[in-house]
Amino acid sequence: MNQILEWIALHQEMIYVVVLMIFVGIEVIGRVPSVLHTPLMSGANAIHGVVIIGAIIVMGKAEQDNVPALVLGFLAVVLGTLNVVGGFVVTDRMLEMFKKKK
Amino acid sequence: MELNILALCYLLGSISFISGLKMLSNPATARKGNLLAAVGMGIAIFGTIFLYEENGAKLGNYAWIFGGLLIGTVVGFLMAKKVKMTAMPEMVSLFNGMGGACAALISIIEFRHLVHVDPVEYASGGYQFYSSLDGTKLLIILLGLIIGAVSFSGSMIAWGKLNGKIKDFSFKGQHIANLVIFGLNVLLAAFIIVARPEETPLFFYVIIFLSILYGVFFVLPIGGADMPVVISLLNSFTGVAAACGGFLYDNKVMLTGGILVGAAGTLLTVLMCKAMNRSLKNVLIGSFGGGNTSGQPGVAMTGAYKEISLSDAAVVMGYANKVMIVPGYGLAVAQAQHVCHELEKTLESRGVEVKYAIHPVAGRMPGHMNVLLAEADVSYEKLLEMELANEEFKSADVVLILGANDVVNPAAKTDPASPIYGMPILEVEDAKHVIVNKRSMKPGYAGIENQLFFQPKTSMLFGDAKKALQDLLAEIRNI
Repeated sequence: MNQILEWIALHQEMIYVVVLMIFVGIEVIGRVPSVLHTPLMSGANAIHGVVIIGAIIVMGKAEQDNVPALVLGFLAVVLGTLNVVGGFVVTDRMLEMFKKKK
Repeated sequence: MELNILALCYLLGSISFISGLKMLSNPATARKGNLLAAVGMGIAIFGTIFLYEENGAKLGNYAWIFGGLLIGTVVGFLMAKKVKMTAMPEMVSLFNGMGGACAALISIIEFRHLVHVDPVEYASGGYQFYSSLDGTKLLIILLGLIIGAVSFSGSMIAWGKLNGKIKDFSFKGQHIANLVIFGLNVLLAAFIIVARPEETPLFFYVIIFLSILYGVFFVLPIGGADMPVVISLLNSFTGVAAACGGFLYDNKVMLTGGILVGAAGTLLTVLMCKAMNRSLKNVLIGSFGGGNTSGQPGVAMTGAYKEISLSDAAVVMGYANKVMIVPGYGLAVAQAQHVCHELEKTLESRGVEVKYAIHPVAGRMPGHMNVLLAEADVSYEKLLEMELANEEFKSADVVLILGANDVVNPAAKTDPASPIYGMPILEVEDAKHVIVNKRSMKPGYAGIENQLFFQPKTSMLFGDAKKALQDLLAEIRNI
């Protein structure tokens, strides 16, 4: 019990961020018209591509002689970039169509 | 100084994600919102590459990093530009899987890094070594691994199912098998964290395998019509996996971006389920389609349906005052949106008023029909959302249903025994005539008969939506 409390106290800053972001996420999406659900899902998909930053960090930290880390890191960077670039471009294409019909 | 600039970069990134998502939820600002989030992402990425420091050391391996970024950008850009509008949902699923795999790979590398020891040190007592590992770090690595891997394999299966490469597959006791796999996974992870056995690395790799297996088994039995819900759920999974990375590196932009998507994705999942009148549990365990339907006799179907010939349908529609079109899954599958727009224009040139009635869950994803029809240049004002459409049906002469079934099934209003009872539907029976285009009399996804097809005002026009519309178009032009 004490350990858990200690853990919470130690990481309280992170936990605050998590809790607040949960509310922000729900608040921001709550008023979306259903027309925009697909582009919105796609946009959110692109945003979680932020995981690419972790990939860049592991890639950049990998030692020159650590081949598995280099290869896996490289793969992670490629996949993460696919997620980010593909996600934003697909979303933009969807939204472009919404605009055209004015 | 540089680290302070990086902190600012991350702050800008976080703000751009939040306001980008906010702008995405309004049709007028959506495109700018997407762009804003992309710019924020760019700032965060390049800030990390050039400014990130750990223990005073900058990142290296620039050739690898830029090589990976270049390949990912070119491939991702081309894939996203080339994909057809109808294939959009599976594309989202594919990209989502990539993100999940990325998160899982980060966990694998960090784990290898964490347990890495040189042989001399290991010989002096490997057992103690694992017990000295940082428990919080281990927990977060495992969490990121499991969620990322499940999201990856699940998304790949969803992608395969949506483009028709993978068929529905389930066996008896699959839910039990799933639960066992999941339970085993959690137990192994907990065991590693609490007991730190000597076989920690081995168990770690078993967890990778089990997570991938779980993702596959989790999505395989879920029917095609429920795929949007699953993709949305996996989308939020990947968000949480990304947030694990944020915890690991004490990186606020990853944490905020990940949790933001995790929360928003979960809410979106719930909204979709609500529109289909299904609980998330039902979707995941799949109470439709399975053995459950045989246990519920519902209302026995009596009477016969009647078919309508193309020329009759053409006459009915060509001389109507108002035609309402209800697009559904069948329209998307047949890629008939362009022909549909042609039909609309031809009818309008004859003075017929044409509108579209859009059910929130018609198609493969909420809003899918809007995107699809927008691609075919259908004007935005012609798309009516459910409530408005239900008002307009009363004054419509003809309703043309294109490959929609459950969303127009009156059993949702009248038959409490029906599995879709309570789901909001398009009340097409209010119109004078209903023409239903379907490929056959087979029931829709929910596996239940549709009384609508047997009503006197309903007539059936069998055939593939695209083919049927083309023929219908030719007939109308001939009148």
